[in-house]
Amino acid sequence: MNKLGVRLKKKGTPYGVKVPESKLTAKSPIERAPLPEKVIIPLHQNIGAPCEALVKRGDKVLTGQKIGDSEKYVNAPVHATISGEISGTTIVVNPPTAQPIEALVVTSDGADEWVELDVPKNPEALSVKEILDRIRGAGLVGLGGAAFPTHVKLSPPKGTKIDTVILNGCECEPYITSDHRVMLEYGEKVLSGLNIIRKVLSPDTIYIAIEDNKDDAIDHMEELIVAMGLKEDFKIIPLKSKYPMGAEKVLTKMILGREVPIGGLPLHIGVVVHNVSTAKAIHDAVFEGKPFIERVVTVTGAVKNPKNLLVRFGTPLRSLIDYCGGIEGKANEVVLGGPMMGFSQFDLDFPVIKGTNGVIVKESTPIREQDCISCGKCIEVCPMYLMPTVFPRYVKAGRYDACKEAYIDDCFECGACAYTCPANIPIVQYIKVAKRELTKRAANK
Amino acid sequence: MTTEREFLISPGPHLWRGLSVSQIMYFVVIALMFPTGAAIYFFGYRALSVIGVSVATAVLTEYVCKKLRGQAFVMDGSAVVTGLLLGLILPPTIPLWMVAIGSIFSISIVKEAFGGLGHNIFNPALGARAFMTVSFSAQMTTWVLPMGFGADAVTSATPLSGVSDWQQFDPSAYQAMFMGNTAGSLGETSALLILIGGILLLGLGIINWRIPAVYIGMVALMAVALGQDPLFHILAGGLMLGAFFMATDYVTSPLTNRGKIIFSVALGVLTVIIRQLGGMPEGVCYSILFMNAITPLIDRYTKVRPYGLVERVESAS
Repeated sequence: MNKLGVRLKKKGTPYGVKVPESKLTAKSPIERAPLPEKVIIPLHQNIGAPCEALVKRGDKVLTGQKIGDSEKYVNAPVHATISGEISGTTIVVNPPTAQPIEALVVTSDGADEWVELDVPKNPEALSVKEILDRIRGAGLVGLGGAAFPTHVKLSPPKGTKIDTVILNGCECEPYITSDHRVMLEYGEKVLSGLNIIRKVLSPDTIYIAIEDNKDDAIDHMEELIVAMGLKEDFKIIPLKSKYPMGAEKVLTKMILGREVPIGGLPLHIGVVVHNVSTAKAIHDAVFEGKPFIERVVTVTGAVKNPKNLLVRFGTPLRSLIDYCGGIEGKANEVVLGGPMMGFSQFDLDFPVIKGTNGVIVKESTPIREQDCISCGKCIEVCPMYLMPTVFPRYVKAGRYDACKEAYIDDCFECGACAYTCPANIPIVQYIKVAKRELTKRAANK
Repeated sequence: MTTEREFLISPGPHLWRGLSVSQIMYFVVIALMFPTGAAIYFFGYRALSVIGVSVATAVLTEYVCKKLRGQAFVMDGSAVVTGLLLGLILPPTIPLWMVAIGSIFSISIVKEAFGGLGHNIFNPALGARAFMTVSFSAQMTTWVLPMGFGADAVTSATPLSGVSDWQQFDPSAYQAMFMGNTAGSLGETSALLILIGGILLLGLGIINWRIPAVYIGMVALMAVALGQDPLFHILAGGLMLGAFFMATDYVTSPLTNRGKIIFSVALGVLTVIIRQLGGMPEGVCYSILFMNAITPLIDRYTKVRPYGLVERVESAS
């Protein structure tokens, strides 16, 4: 119960794992990180095609100026996030893919002079096409982790009816609180962005899914919905906190009882899931004409003062960690993203990119993989109802086809299995090896 | 600068529940301390020496096997569990050299010869008990009444072997069977203390309730179906110890919940059939060993339906 009346019954799942939440920064208001002296802007920050540089060394750029774009549809352009001069190019290695990416370096002139923002005179009157153009132009990608270009996700193929939109405020990864703070501090913008999504997709039902470890966010969003007169349109679904509740496939099952086909997307069952921070960025792009150049990043773990920071893309990790008071104790690993699905990064000159929702500093303890004792814990927790125990066995034997027959494509690598494994088997790592090998074989056919 | 240091990278997830194999094993050891305590209380020095020899020989054998196989010896607790379990399912008067041979057999043949922890097909303690029953049949079927630390051992029948016609069984003996004051293998007599240990493991989430619940329930059902007293079948012999501590062995029981239920139903049926129709009074050991052998087959036919499979079939049609 809250002051607005009866709350919907919380939904929970028997699958997944209870992970210590460690949300150290849940009560820390968003702070603006100091502007760095230089930013590194990788030209490939979305799941689609890389961008071509539009500027060359020595060019002057303004904050928000587009500096990389592509002809390809599945792509999001990149912008300068500070004003200054293009001082060169460099190569960064993005941990998830381990692929080297070309990046532009912008050296600040200290002025943070913005391009002129194209604020629409009457934002309500924008057509769907104009909205999508603005979203693409702003370089928006999904902020939940996969960095899928937002305009693509908002353009379902012809003939696909989207009947449900789910706004995802679960943030089930431990430590990370950026979505939580965005809901609390930019709630109106989130709902305005959701209204834009509604206009583009015209679904029958819109749900807002929030885990119950963020009761304040649930209350706040509920109040805003009532205040904005949207009570009939947006339904808040409180969910019992459990990892990986916020995964798209888990949400469709939990809220609608629908399962996304193996290898498919939620849109194949008429659902589109957007993250709350993405909705806020959609509002900024469409209503304020702002290019997508900054986001909230939770810098936490073994740093002196964990914080939620509003960070310009391209800011090196080192400056964020230093701003949070530096590394504490013997911590020797830096994870980008959540601790469950995030990736280690050893190079602190690596920049914050569009998909970075958290920077976690922790102590790494080398572990010894033991033999599987067939305890079946991984099967109990797998949100995709797979039998993760078979994958390491098959991979060690080189039986990649058997992995495929065991529905490896269904796995979205949440890591619940490896988290719970008493034998400490890096199951996700084996699954990644098998997926890569299967992709390679399929390409060679 | 505080950021000047060597950084490591590791594969995700970067968190771990932290319950390791050896922690699980030591929790099982702690749970087994309850039936072990009952064994020592009822059978005194004999219990201490049999269990002591069994555990020490098991750990030593594990060490030698690992060295011979050129692997690192890790005190992961699994050999302690096997040694304890074997000690608990032996008769109190068994000569200690036989205990040592049984213990060596359990670790070297039933466990390590198949590849060690995680690769064995049969429960090592039960495998050794079967081996010892064949090799030392007289000593393995000699039972005494509880004598504690003082009294001399008095030979007696166990409830199961003594009651060929169970209907003449005196119901007042139930209390003794529940507490453990009866003839039998060292650790199997006290249903109460086995239950305490078992509930501890259930509470810690280490064993799955389905196996003991369905196994014991099925034995009771079978007893009722045969017109016998279900309580007697539950309390007599090694059922309680087998259901909580042997059938639940991860390695040798099915992976999925459905598989575990099939496994336990079959265990219940087999146990009562062997007790009633077999040539020996007790059926727990052989039914678990038999079902261990069937486990890979059960696993094969009880795979879980993955998320999103039905929908794919529908959309393809």
